[in-house]
Amino acid sequence: MIPFEYLEHTADVKFRAWGHSPEEMLSNAASALFKTMVDPAAIQAKESWTVELEDAELEQLAYRWLSEIVFLFETESAVFSTFRVSLKKNGVWKLQGEIGGERIDLKRHAFENEVKAVTLHQFQIKKNDHWCLQAILDV
Amino acid sequence: MVDIIKINDNTYEVPIGYRPGMRVPGRIFVSSALREMVEPGTIDQVANVATLPGIVKYSMAMPDAHLGYGFPIGGVAAFREDGGIISPGGVGFDINCGVRLLRSDLEAKSVQPLINTLINALFEAVPSGLGATGRLHATDQQLTETFISGSKWAVEEGYGVEADLAHCEENGHMAGADPAQVSVKARKRGRPQLGTLGSGNHFLEIQRVEEIFDEDVARQFGLFKGQITVMIHCGSRGAGHQICTDHLEVLSKAVKKYNIEIPDKQLACAPLGSPEADRYFGGMVCAANYAWANRHIIAHWTREVFNKYFPDANLDLVYDVAHNVAKIEEHDVDGRRERLYVHRKGATRSFGPSRSEVPEAYRKVGQPVLIPGSMGTPSYVLCGNDRALEVSFGSACHGAGRVMSRSKAIKMFTGKNVQAALNRDGIVVKATSPGMLAEEAPQVYKPSGDVVDVVHNLGIATKVAKLVPLGVSKG
Repeated sequence: MIPFEYLEHTADVKFRAWGHSPEEMLSNAASALFKTMVDPAAIQAKESWTVELEDAELEQLAYRWLSEIVFLFETESAVFSTFRVSLKKNGVWKLQGEIGGERIDLKRHAFENEVKAVTLHQFQIKKNDHWCLQAILDV
Repeated sequence: MVDIIKINDNTYEVPIGYRPGMRVPGRIFVSSALREMVEPGTIDQVANVATLPGIVKYSMAMPDAHLGYGFPIGGVAAFREDGGIISPGGVGFDINCGVRLLRSDLEAKSVQPLINTLINALFEAVPSGLGATGRLHATDQQLTETFISGSKWAVEEGYGVEADLAHCEENGHMAGADPAQVSVKARKRGRPQLGTLGSGNHFLEIQRVEEIFDEDVARQFGLFKGQITVMIHCGSRGAGHQICTDHLEVLSKAVKKYNIEIPDKQLACAPLGSPEADRYFGGMVCAANYAWANRHIIAHWTREVFNKYFPDANLDLVYDVAHNVAKIEEHDVDGRRERLYVHRKGATRSFGPSRSEVPEAYRKVGQPVLIPGSMGTPSYVLCGNDRALEVSFGSACHGAGRVMSRSKAIKMFTGKNVQAALNRDGIVVKATSPGMLAEEAPQVYKPSGDVVDVVHNLGIATKVAKLVPLGVSKG
């Protein structure tokens, strides 16, 4: 299983992320999102951020999780390289994410893209052999 | 599979039945050469939009159409107030991304030697790129006022002059803003970014008028050959992106609540008149007004920079157009005047002389339609035409339109060689993240001239002037 791959899209960025568990899939999806902006090798996980979300539907939760990363990137002026996700289902899905990264330093962080938002176009989660999330990012 | 039908040299129809559930046919306005460049996914998106409740006449795509999310980029659709919907999928994340054109009274020959200096000074004066925060430090109260009164607020704060307002679509402030529909998150993203250009395809460009196609209209617009103009292309920044993200979540639930079948989750929508629709509209208008204020502030700083080197120069506003927005407009439908919610996503309003929305100064000819080229390629000024009311709910294209994916572009070009190639053509480029220039290389776009010719030949907007870039400041 590869963690994620990018697919052809004329204007935006389309990717698929996999996981043995929904947690791993959400973590890999976050890595795929962030890698479109900055090479993760250039990012040191010096600081951490916590995200807590709750939703009745896993797909909506995943959309909010990825959108939250875009929000944090912009409002914290930070780049991220590690994403740890824990999930609980107790009637509703509860997500706790631990994100590692550092503040933007344009001398070390060469941006290739800026993700404006996560779209819902062809957004889907499927479970076959593995969990798979597909998303298109507006860049 | 139902085939696409050629209606005339510049119009193709996507018939009902192309996909299940289509309520109206699709119309794609392209020449045969541009038709080759339209991806199958774009046609699917045109057909998807045609399934939405209350859609009137056609789901349309302009000649710069390409694959988007929800609507295609270049998509136009109008919905009946009674029985129709509003969808953020028809507006996009960058609400009121748009273009503003300033005309100077300077001739290229006097400005050319200073292009490098001017671009450097503009790059300093107008914050751009990732993580850029404005010089403005707006308070929460000021942010609220921006959401409510857009460019009008900017003028009251000393950015620009009163006369600018009449030369903005909606006078730079659209009615119906409801700041209560803007989340704390959207405020947090928007506040530090007021007065910033952003990144991606957004730019600030010094141009020269290279060719005039219509002398009379050019005179009305104040344009002449050899003149220096400045074009500003940007939108509502993080505020708009977050407002769209927030409401998309709400509207995803609304489609279930109201039992609306949608073929794509990005087409999440709500029936007009429902609380969810009202809330989205109120939030969307806030973002639209923010974008007008943003371009107003940037234009003000641009004037300051020019006046530092050319103290007597005037940079008057030709016009400011929105190309990502949903608006309430009256149109004739089957002989009846109806109030419609016209969604333009990557499309420009193109009203002719008959419409009262056209500024007084241009009422004889029609509104200016501003079509930015990609980095390094010509931009065009066109004139709105009443013919567009019959063909496209008063709409035209918005740019060149991409043909090459970003990933392919990054494999083919590097930021450095794109910059070097532009320099060889005599175009000065200054960018915060040079790596991002690769994906905006001129070759990734359709030829802007071909796109504009389709619009001109259809008569939905007619060519007035061609502007070529001399210097570009990018995010």
